Parts: sequence; structure tokens; C-alpha cells
Amino acid sequence: MSTLEIRNLHVTVETPEGTKEILKGVDLTINSGETHAIMGPNGSGKSTLAYSIAGHPKYEITEGSVTLDGEDVLEMSVDERAKAGLFLAMQYPVEVPGVSVSNFLRTAKTAIDGEAPKLRTWVKDVKGAMENLRMDPSFGERGVNEGFSGGEKKRHEILQMELLQPKISILDETDSGLDVDALRIVSEGVNRAKDNTGLGVMLITHYTRILRYIKPDYVHVFVNGRVAEEGGPELAERLEAEGYDRYLASA
Amino acid sequence: MTVTDHTQATADAAHSHGIIPDKSRADRPTSFDVDVFPVPTGREENWRFSAVRDLKPLFADEAADGHLEWTTSDLPEGVSLVEVPVDEAQARSVRAPGDRASAIAAKRSGGAMALTIAANTVVEEPITIDLNGTGGDVRGHLLVEIGQSAEATVVITRTGTARYSELVSVDLKDNSGLNLVLLQQWDEDAVHAGEVVARLGRDSRLRGTVVTLGGKVVRLNTSAAFAGEGASVDLFGLYFADSGQHQEHQLFVDHAVPKCTSRVTYKGALAGKTARSVWIGDVLIRAAAEGTDTYELNRNLVLTDGARADSVPNLEIETGEIEGAGHASATGRFDEEQMFYLRSRGISEEQARKLVVRGFFADLIHEIGVPAVEESLMRQIDLEIAHVEEELENE
Repeated sequence: MSTLEIRNLHVTVETPEGTKEILKGVDLTINSGETHAIMGPNGSGKSTLAYSIAGHPKYEITEGSVTLDGEDVLEMSVDERAKAGLFLAMQYPVEVPGVSVSNFLRTAKTAIDGEAPKLRTWVKDVKGAMENLRMDPSFGERGVNEGFSGGEKKRHEILQMELLQPKISILDETDSGLDVDALRIVSEGVNRAKDNTGLGVMLITHYTRILRYIKPDYVHVFVNGRVAEEGGPELAERLEAEGYDRYLASA
Repeated sequence: MTVTDHTQATADAAHSHGIIPDKSRADRPTSFDVDVFPVPTGREENWRFSAVRDLKPLFADEAADGHLEWTTSDLPEGVSLVEVPVDEAQARSVRAPGDRASAIAAKRSGGAMALTIAANTVVEEPITIDLNGTGGDVRGHLLVEIGQSAEATVVITRTGTARYSELVSVDLKDNSGLNLVLLQQWDEDAVHAGEVVARLGRDSRLRGTVVTLGGKVVRLNTSAAFAGEGASVDLFGLYFADSGQHQEHQLFVDHAVPKCTSRVTYKGALAGKTARSVWIGDVLIRAAAEGTDTYELNRNLVLTDGARADSVPNLEIETGEIEGAGHASATGRFDEEQMFYLRSRGISEEQARKLVVRGFFADLIHEIGVPAVEESLMRQIDLEIAHVEEELENE
């Protein structure tokens, strides 16, 4: 049982116009096995929340705390956070030319576990995980995200998540730009990880469609760097019907 | 980051980057007469990025006392390596030297070594020649002659130290194939100026790879001239400059006849405050060279502050009747987003940097086509990266 606890988180970013506060006091607690949907209009700070937790150097934490099972996440380097059990599936995964997917996966698994995986079981695990995500075996020989289609990049993110087995996973708009077939495959992967490892999920999304495939336990509406409203799955249904206008008018 | 990319550039006689040469690349003098070339000052077009001060000993038209120790693999039937006198070596060279260092090397070599592959001989195993310097001034002249329809791989490795200048003449007869690998693995105080001049007969194929990791100053100019139709040349280069190293590679591909293909791909990494690299790639498509297909690319990865990479592609086109002509040059800083991506998967900063640099060179290394060399290079690149980690810690 793990808990990611975010308390009063304030985050700034440097812009050409000067320092800008993006997150203005975020409170959120995610336990193992729970799925929290973070919804909100563009520019509300959803991605900033994701990248701040993962430790991207662009974002500066000015106030508040983030802990995983009581350990101070903000004191950890980017790779230490991953080793502690955090995972970020990125909206725009980065190309790393010349580094094969299979080499990358094995290197990451070795780093997370602190020892190289047993070759025979590892090969089988990778093969099985790729089959589940309808990825061709030749995928392993390609450069990381190099020339991948949008759908391939997202499936590759979920592949990593399934193999690295984090405690808490942040999915940053994993559904954006996916057709319904790819969305279904990716959602199945997330649900598998939840069933198999009791993964806690922070599901950041702009659209409600993915919530038909991944059922949230809680829905948080993000507006202007804060949680504006919280509720159960019924809140998502209301957002689908009404959109975000209600929040924007008052913001 | 600066990027120029002109795929399928059409006829454009003035298409050129950097300083526009006052005349065609073809007009530069070539001669065995040293006096044709004044001592370079660093202001000349072909010396303006060079480490002229360190190269000065190579401009002295005097007898040199040193030599390189040669170690050669067993030569199979049809392959010979013999010494030839200076006059004969000059006569058998495919082209006269194009600069002073190379002209002095040919004049003062004391005799050239000629590696000759007889016509129709196919050499399966790579021919390896190890040249080890034990200090001092050395002038060298090497002839590589591939007979008609012969094929061979030749790997020349330079180690140790010397103040070394050389002329390497590469003669590919019709329909021959050569994979020539030149490895510069000098000690850190070596100074090396070399000129490699290749002539490609009809339907011949040259694959030339240059790897420069060692030495204080290395300046290697490679020229390939097409003498018959249907020939192709692939020139690959890999370099890694640390603090105190100056690595310069100049290329000239001369499309003088129709229907030839050329590809130039050079990649370099730089680390350390005083690391310098220079890449100048000239391609000339003469009026007669219809059906030419050419592309040249240079990429530089700057790993730390202070390092400087110059990259100058030049394309001169005298006919519009070509298949394609283009070039790309890009010099970029180490990509923070790649690092973040890898580290967010638990991979340490050091390991992530190693992955990115290895990845940057991976496709190039796989082009060498000599497995033993490829493996050894990957290990050496790992050592270079380990050295970068030390430099970063000392900052």
C-alpha cells in the first residue's frame, strides 16, 4: 500500500515575461489501487503538476510538499523518484536516436530494480507485454520513439509502465490524439497494471472519453492552478455534458 | 542550434555557405613542388580554422629523422606491400599534393609503401596495418592500389606519438571495391596532418571511414575524384574532441564524370572548454557530371560549455541535369529533454549521457563493416564518455 501526498504545492516557471506561478496550492492524495482523474481546460496547470512531481528542471517548487510513503519526493533527483516508484507517461515522449527500445527497457529495468533482470524471464515478459499492447516484435529494434506514430509512442509509454511496475503512475494526456482502437489498447494496459500490481493512477486528461475505459474513483477539476471541484465519477459525466465553461466564467 | 538542409538543391552556381571562395574549388593548386605552397599563416581559405601554430613543424622542408613502426597482418595471395622510391611513388600517386604539409611528406618520405591488390583478387579478411609512432618528425607516403574487379578491406591504425605528415594515394581501378578505415588513436601529444587522395575508376566503390579520437592536433583532408562513370563513394567520419584537442576534417568530392554517387556523413562529439572540431565539406559537380547524386551531412554534439565546432558545407553545381544534391549541417547542445526522459525511467545521469552519445554514433559505427573495429570503437567511446564525466565533476 503506497500513498502519494501532495500538499499546498506552488510551482513557478520562467517565461520571457518573467516568473509565472502556474500551480497555486494543490492538495491531492493518491493511494494504491485508486484512480484519480485530473480534468481541466488547457493551460490550467495539469501538465505542470505531472512534470513537477517527476522533477523536470524547468519547474521550480516554491511552496508545499510532495511525499511518497512519507519520503520527501522533492529532495530526490529525477532518477531517484523513478526508483522510489513514480512513473510519468508523457504526452510528448522524447526521441532518443540510436538507442534501441530493447536496450532502453533493459537499462531502465536494471536501474529501477538495482540488478539486471534474469534474461529468460525478462525476454518473455517483454514479449508478452508487447503482444498485449499489439506491438510488433520488431519494435524492440527501433530507436526509442524514433519515427514512432502518435499511437506507437503512447503504447510504448504504457509498455514501460507495465514492465517497470511503479507504485504510482501519472498519465499525462495519454489519450490525446489516439483513435478509439489505440485508446482501448492503452486503457487495457492501464487496467492490467491496476489489477496486477495495485497501481495508483493520476489520470490527466482534457477529454472524458478515456473515462469510459478507465473508471476513475475520484474526479478533480483543475482550473487556474488549483483544484476547483472534486467528486466521484458522476462529476465527469457532468463535465461531459456541460464542458468547462462554468469554471472559466468564475475564474 | 543551427541547421541548414538543402535537399535536392537545383543548379545554383553560387550555392555556398560560409565564406564564398573567390574561385572554384577545382582551381586550387596541386603539386609535388613544395615551393608552390607558401608556409600557411592561418589566413588562407583552407587553413583558416586550422591549428596552424601546432602544425608548424610539418611545414619545414627538411629531412625528418623519425619513423613509424609498421605491424602488418599476414598478406594473402594477390596482395603485396613493398617499398618504392620517392620518384616512382610520386609518379604512381593518383594526384599531386594539395597543400604544403602533404607536398613535404611526399618529398621527404624516403620512399613510399605501396599496398597493391592484384586484379580480380577478393580479400575476405581485413588487411590490418598498425603504425606506431615513437616520437620525432615523420614524413610518410602510402599508395593503396586496388586492381580491376578486386575487393579488399584495409584498416590502418595510428598509435603512439609523432609529428607526422603524410600523403595517402588511393587508386581504384575499374569495378574495384575498397573499404578503407583510418583510425587516429594517437597519444595525446601527437600532431598529424594527412591528405588522402582517391581516384575512382569506372563502376568502382570506395567506402572510407575516418575515426579520430586521439592526438593533440589531427588535420585530415580527404579528396575523392571520379574518373569513370557509375562509381560511388561513401565517406564516414567519427570524431570526439576533448579539452586540448583540435580535430579537423576536410572533404572534397569531385564529380567530374556522369552518373556517380557520393555520400558524406561525419559526426562529432565535443567535451571540454578548449575542445575544437572543424568540418569542411566541399562537393563540386562539374558541367559534365550529369546524373550526379550527392548528399553530405555533418552533425556535432556539444556536451559541455566552451567547446567549439565549426561546420562548413559547400556545394558547387555547374549542371542542372542531376539526380540530387544536398547537404545538412547541425551543431546542437546536449538535449536536456532526452536526459529527463531517460532519467524519469530510473536511469542515472551518467548512464543516460552514455546512452545518448552511444546512440548518436551508433548508426555511423555500424557502417564501418569490420566487426572487431566496431566493437573496439564502442568501448573507446565509453572511455571518452567516462572522461567527460571527470571533466564535468571538475567544473
